[in-house]
Amino acid sequence: MTAVADPLIRLIGVTKRFGAGAAAFQALKGVDLDIEAGDFMAVMGPSGSGKSTTMNILGCLDVPTSGSFLFRGHHVESLGRDQRALLRRRYLGFVFQGFNLLSRTTALENVELPLLYRGEDRWARREMALAALDKVGLVDWAKHTPAELSGGQQQRVAIARAIVTHPDVLLADEPTGNLDSERSIEIMELLTDLNRTSGITVLMVTHEADMAAYARTVVHFRDGLVETVERKAA
Amino acid sequence: MTDPAAAPPPPRQASSFRLLGTTALLALRAIRRHLLRSVLTVLGIVIGVFAVVTMVTLGKGATRSVHDQVSNLGANVLTVIPGTSQGRGGGGETPPPFKPEDLDAIRDQVAGVTAVAPIAQTTATAISNASNWSTTVKGTTDAYFDAQAWKLANGRIFTPQEEAAGKSVCIVGKTVKDNLYPTSSPVGSSLLVGSVSCEVIGELALRGGGGFGQDVDDTVVLPLKTVQRRFTGNRDISAVVVAADPAYDSADVQQSIAALLRERRNIRSGKLDDFTIFDSRQIADTLSGITNVLTAIVSAVAAISLLVGGIGIMNIMLVSVTERTREIGIRLAIGAVAREVMLQFLVEAVVLSCLGGLIGLILALFTSIGLAKVIKVPFVFDPWTNLLAFLFSGLIGVVFGYFPARRAASLNPIDALRHE
Repeated sequence: MTAVADPLIRLIGVTKRFGAGAAAFQALKGVDLDIEAGDFMAVMGPSGSGKSTTMNILGCLDVPTSGSFLFRGHHVESLGRDQRALLRRRYLGFVFQGFNLLSRTTALENVELPLLYRGEDRWARREMALAALDKVGLVDWAKHTPAELSGGQQQRVAIARAIVTHPDVLLADEPTGNLDSERSIEIMELLTDLNRTSGITVLMVTHEADMAAYARTVVHFRDGLVETVERKAA
Repeated sequence: MTDPAAAPPPPRQASSFRLLGTTALLALRAIRRHLLRSVLTVLGIVIGVFAVVTMVTLGKGATRSVHDQVSNLGANVLTVIPGTSQGRGGGGETPPPFKPEDLDAIRDQVAGVTAVAPIAQTTATAISNASNWSTTVKGTTDAYFDAQAWKLANGRIFTPQEEAAGKSVCIVGKTVKDNLYPTSSPVGSSLLVGSVSCEVIGELALRGGGGFGQDVDDTVVLPLKTVQRRFTGNRDISAVVVAADPAYDSADVQQSIAALLRERRNIRSGKLDDFTIFDSRQIADTLSGITNVLTAIVSAVAAISLLVGGIGIMNIMLVSVTERTREIGIRLAIGAVAREVMLQFLVEAVVLSCLGGLIGLILALFTSIGLAKVIKVPFVFDPWTNLLAFLFSGLIGVVFGYFPARRAASLNPIDALRHE
């Protein structure tokens, strides 16, 4: 029991400061966090607690001011813009509160988008996108544009777009924030199902304890630090 | 395991060729999504390409038309008239007209001359049965028709005997025929030219424009002697038409004639010629030159609208980048690298401007076919003009699309995603 495998993601003493001089704002003050592969983690905390900043760093959208970010045992905190983009393309999927689908573009085309950047040919794109839409139960809506879909459906298309590349990690930023409770439950059940059946690691920012209840691990942020990590028995 | 420099397993990256195809697809989708705006964006390019290509095409048609008229003349035709082209102010004596012997000398002593014809010219009113028409009366010999390579539509030219006798026979040009004999053939009828009643023995074929708005078909041709006796009342020859063998350089022939005439007209060396030789080919070249310069000027003005069109594309692309900030954020979050976002917007600009160029070319094609008919020049399709205009419109897309594309690519994904 000596060689414990590295966690999928490990943050060590991560700080983040915005601005400079008197106007500087210390968003993160030394965050340590391990995320195991296959976990379903809810990230909670009041606004300004640093949870969004942490998510941006975890999503390789931003870089820490200091500290280490290990992804699959590799240091990624100092990667350049394009290398981080390639990392996102290969390993990460994003779901946003506001869905962020391309308007006037069909659900299928939206889901195909990440595959375009991966250089898949059109037949592979179509096949993979339809498979992803099938997983979220929207294969019959492939030809519809976001305007023709309900909020819950739009979020499911967004989830299909996030998982179409079979990423290691799905980062969801308040995915149920714009949905009523019934749709929220559907989305949470979908995420739980994906986490269980595909083994995809889910990191979810949420305000609502109801939603966090679906997670296996709940992390509370306060004042730029991890306050508590609460792990439920499997 | 925790080598600080090691990156995770290299992610798959699209080849640049496939990337270009993909971005072209994205660009076409974006253009289709904003169809009206796309059309308005490229309007400047459309008008620019349309104007330039139409102007150049019509200009080339005009040049071609000048050349066609000259090649109509067959051999090189030199026209010699007394006097200098830079008409001197008063005080100088009027240069003497040519004598019949001058013509013989030119024919016999200058190498490369195939035909020489004298012209005595005046104007008179021609009256047929029903109507009258004021026209140019030319007195000449049968050699004139050879020298000018001017064919008859009907009838015959006068014989040397008729010429020598100064018979009252005439050959009418197409314009005269159309005005005096609109329906019937004039051959055989009698025509009163000035105060001379003459028999129409022939009808000239249509020659077509002589440049500078002068109508060469508006003429009645009589034997030289008839005109000298009955119209001008002297033996003056007001012009000599010389046809040169195409195998000879017309400049050489021109020089030989000049030398001969200087000798015959006793012009001492150092003094200027008191006659002028026009070379039909030179006139044609001058006309073409003028046409080309005009075409270039008008095209340059039209090209300015191409530039304005390019600025229009930049303008709209910048608006588009701002409007689509969130879309760019989504693309970046999904894993597009800066280069891909830049390429997408650049390709969009190029596709737009090329599309505009293509529409402009099609419009120009139909317009120049129509306009060429209206202004009576041949329609000349020049593939190089069209290709160049098309490539230029693409270039405009690259130049004016670069700045907006770079701006799009440099967006921060977090800020872009938050953008409302």
